[in-house]
Amino acid sequence: MDRTSGTSRYTIIGKLDARATTAPEGLLIPSHSVVLRDKGVLLSSVPSIHRRRFLAGTAAVTAVVALSACGAKTDSASSSDKAAKIDVSGDTVKVGLLNSLSGTMAISEVTVRNSLMLAIDEINASGGVLGKKVKPISEDGASDWPTFAEKASKLIKEDAVAATFGCWTSASRKAVKPVFEKNKSLLFYPVQYEGLEESPYIFYTGATTNQQIIPGLDYLKSQGKKKLYLVGSDYVFPRTANKEIRAYAKANGMTILGEDYAPLGSTEFSTIANKVKASKADAVFNTLNGDSNVAFFKEYKSAGLTAKTMPVVSVSIAEEEVKSIGPQYLADQLTAWNYYQTTEGAANEKFVKAYKAKYGQDKPTSDPMEAAYTSVYLWKAMVEKAKSFDPEKVKAASDGITFDAPEGEVTVDGASQHLYKTARIGKIGSDGLIEEVWNSGKPIKPDPYLKGYDWASGLS
Amino acid sequence: MNLLKGRSARAAAGFAGAAALLFAVAPLLLSDFRLGLLAKYLCTAMVAVGICLAWGRGGLLTLGQGVFFGLGGYAMAMHLKIADAGPGNLPDFMQLYGTATELPWWWQPFANPLFALAATVLLPMAVAAILGSFIFRRRVKGAYFAILSQALAAAFAIWLIGQQATTGGTNGLTDIQGFFGYALDDPVNQRMVYFVIAAALLLLIALARQLVHSRYGELLVAVRDSEERVRFLGYNPANVKLVAYVVAAGMAGLAGALFVPAVGIISPAMIGIVPSIEFVIGAAVGGRASLVGAVLGAVGVAWAKTALSEEFPAAWTYFQGLLFIVALAFLPGGLASLVGLVRRRMASQATDSEETKPVVPVGEAA
Amino acid sequence: MTVILGQTFTGISIGAVLLLIALGLSLTFGQMNVINMAHGEFIMAGAYTTYVLQKSITGAGISLLVALPVAFLVSGALGALLEWLLIRRLYLRPLDTLLVTWGVSLMLQQLARDIFGAPNVQTRAPDWLTGNITLIGGDDPLTVANSRLFILGLAVAAVVALSLTLRLTPLGRRIRGVVQNRDLAEVSGISTERVDRTAFFLGSGLAGVAGVALTLVGPIGPTMGTNVIIDAFLVIVVGGIGQLKGTVIVAFVLGVLQSVLEYSTTVSVAKVLVLVAIVAFLQWRPQGLYTLRTRSLV
Repeated sequence: MDRTSGTSRYTIIGKLDARATTAPEGLLIPSHSVVLRDKGVLLSSVPSIHRRRFLAGTAAVTAVVALSACGAKTDSASSSDKAAKIDVSGDTVKVGLLNSLSGTMAISEVTVRNSLMLAIDEINASGGVLGKKVKPISEDGASDWPTFAEKASKLIKEDAVAATFGCWTSASRKAVKPVFEKNKSLLFYPVQYEGLEESPYIFYTGATTNQQIIPGLDYLKSQGKKKLYLVGSDYVFPRTANKEIRAYAKANGMTILGEDYAPLGSTEFSTIANKVKASKADAVFNTLNGDSNVAFFKEYKSAGLTAKTMPVVSVSIAEEEVKSIGPQYLADQLTAWNYYQTTEGAANEKFVKAYKAKYGQDKPTSDPMEAAYTSVYLWKAMVEKAKSFDPEKVKAASDGITFDAPEGEVTVDGASQHLYKTARIGKIGSDGLIEEVWNSGKPIKPDPYLKGYDWASGLS
Repeated sequence: MNLLKGRSARAAAGFAGAAALLFAVAPLLLSDFRLGLLAKYLCTAMVAVGICLAWGRGGLLTLGQGVFFGLGGYAMAMHLKIADAGPGNLPDFMQLYGTATELPWWWQPFANPLFALAATVLLPMAVAAILGSFIFRRRVKGAYFAILSQALAAAFAIWLIGQQATTGGTNGLTDIQGFFGYALDDPVNQRMVYFVIAAALLLLIALARQLVHSRYGELLVAVRDSEERVRFLGYNPANVKLVAYVVAAGMAGLAGALFVPAVGIISPAMIGIVPSIEFVIGAAVGGRASLVGAVLGAVGVAWAKTALSEEFPAAWTYFQGLLFIVALAFLPGGLASLVGLVRRRMASQATDSEETKPVVPVGEAA
Repeated sequence: MTVILGQTFTGISIGAVLLLIALGLSLTFGQMNVINMAHGEFIMAGAYTTYVLQKSITGAGISLLVALPVAFLVSGALGALLEWLLIRRLYLRPLDTLLVTWGVSLMLQQLARDIFGAPNVQTRAPDWLTGNITLIGGDDPLTVANSRLFILGLAVAAVVALSLTLRLTPLGRRIRGVVQNRDLAEVSGISTERVDRTAFFLGSGLAGVAGVALTLVGPIGPTMGTNVIIDAFLVIVVGGIGQLKGTVIVAFVLGVLQSVLEYSTTVSVAKVLVLVAIVAFLQWRPQGLYTLRTRSLV
């Protein structure tokens, strides 16, 4: 920055300002208008002693504070044992609802929140839990993982909730997991996920892989489908699921012809549809999430692929998604879940009727919504068995709790804190509902680490 | 000279006041949880200091500060993850989702705490230097620069998400247990982290203040307002801009690094287009050209986001949108310009001056 | 061979979508230098217009065709309103419009969520748009989706209509005059204020048309606009601000580049590579493919 000319200084000044709405007028910074006019003088007069004093002062304060504050070291075993306080004074008990109400994930998570509210209303109408009414505290995770962590700690520390229900994506669950573990507070997570996790403070009421993906593969195998193509969104659930699918295929004489990932929220699928078509696979295993499914199935149909020529098994498309994609693109495609709106049983009839009465006749019910609804009732049963809201006692009481859920009877496996769930394969009808074509007959024991499957030994 | 003495005295008083507020008042008044949130806000304020320099002073609308924040954050988080895992072990997510049996080569240097600490600031600065020297030399500016930096933020976030086995993908690096040997779940240590962040912020403000009031600071403003004329005077505007861009990147990197122990997570969600715009908006609402304005604006907007979303979880984005619109469309200089406006009004009333133009042009006297 | 042909056509169809999305921006961004982040939400408004019309008009084909002009008007009106309320105050501060319209886009998204519900909604495509045409038969057929052909046709029609408007009509002459030299246009008696508003109406209206087209290939939901908006800005920046031909060429080039890279690598890598290619290109031509030559120094 060598200065070669000093003559036209005033020209600059003349030009300055045009849009100098940005003239600085802060407390510390005086306007630079003067400064420019008389560079040399001003510069020399900014006292350097003052500068040093600021810096030295700040540094000293930091040092003092840092020295005076010496908390627990990571290697010391006595990592302070502070369970979260739960506010049970008064005649209500608070629970947290942590879902994305804005951002890209709102499309799915709002429905989960609705069914959580339904369960809470029902419980309150029948007298509450341990004689206390349940008071929901709602927070918006905003589809942003650090926000989920912030809101989780707010619910635990500020609101002193007895338990929290919610989260959808694996990323949001991973973000809040340490928060719940450190504060020893409970989270009920209602969505099917990739397994490989058993947090002592999370109850997983959605399916783990051996209750959804493996039954889906078993079904394809029984139908004689030998060559698969894998399509998924680029995040942890599809990548982990596909790793397991590859291991399964290897052990069961199936071949994987290709594996493609699209960034979350991606809506351009013509190339992937071309690749799938060119592969001439027997079936497609689809782990796409949210918006991407809409674009994928529209493109799939445009490419001339149908359920007859190449069926797609989806594990993230429930009734709500069918409604937003349109049955015209999905007719006869397959899904793997534990619950459908059409699942038979009195408990489901009651659930569907109550949901539609509360939120509108055109609103469908789906697996994650059902798992969320069930999770509130399971928490109630655990609390009543433990006769306490204390998370440790609730956990201790959890093993063997059963509930006659809309999906059929579910049982809590205390060791893994997952549920015994019945796997169901469904076929999407032209009316937008999913009809069950196969089920596992009885609830399957949850196995998040796939320890019971020899072929899965090298996976984690 | 009197004026100058007054100014540095005011600055000293301001610093003392800010330090008292941050180190004494806030810790006394706020609960551990709220203090933790304040630590998070102060991190965005650090980014805002850099933005004030690059945008407010230099006219570079850096819509890609998320990249540098992310680089700093990941550099710190990588070291802390390695430290958590202990020698010889892989970080937890690599054991679960990775394919490698040993640490990838580009993770290994981060095992060294000094390297990692230096990298949190130097890595973003180096990246900014390389990018900036290309971009500014080719005279990419204004809207082009803004959209280009957005594209970079998007590309970096997509790349990170795609490398799940080594970067944690969408999840990012989560569940960070310790900070250089101190357990992060201990409230005393969380408080220590807060103090470190507060001190770092004051340090950055002091640094930025020196820059703004130096010869370089004046040149930067001149480049912002008339790049061509500065070039005719024999300066190279590309270099002037580059320095501001690189310094801002370093500040964002440090902010990212300190964000990690404060929040315990760094993920692509902090890097893409949306967070990058949010960084800028805080500074813009407060007053982009005023350091104090930018810092207070960043803290204020972050605080408003928390407060509004707690109060109105279903409708808070309306208020947030409205806040941006009102502050930016009707108060172009940000809230800081209100202070100036009031001061000028009072001055003009005192001297009974005719001149009541709402915004006094900087060079009006020339 | 079919693969190469197939991917080229896929690229062209991706390009057609990009072009439709970016076309409106080439007016608002190109003409007025306004970075309108709410442009994506005008696209969303067009898509929701299709959805609402389909509820009242049962025939999927007719409702789609009716939706084109209606969406143009709806989004255009929204755009003109935005211009009148906010943007005209910000013409001297192009970078501020970016942040202000970002706030507008947040609010419009939330509004869509409150009116239509958070989940995506569906529209039915008419039967004549869901099939495909076989270009090369045989064992490895090359097919082209009807919906993609329709979008390509729509994009071409929109470009032709826009360029004829700009070249032949008095309005077009005024717009070009203002783009080339605002002050001179003003002293020649053109009301730049009115030209600005009309151009904003046209540009936003084109976003509405793009929204109708997107219902054929993608989701219709509150966040659909944010998914595409950055790509559209990049097309304009690379093409050269204020240059229609630049926008057209770049949209197709980026589309083909994206599809070829996607086929040979993965979608994520392709996306990153395209962005890096754009940054590199701007090193070479910082003002975009075509530059508007003016005598202005800045």
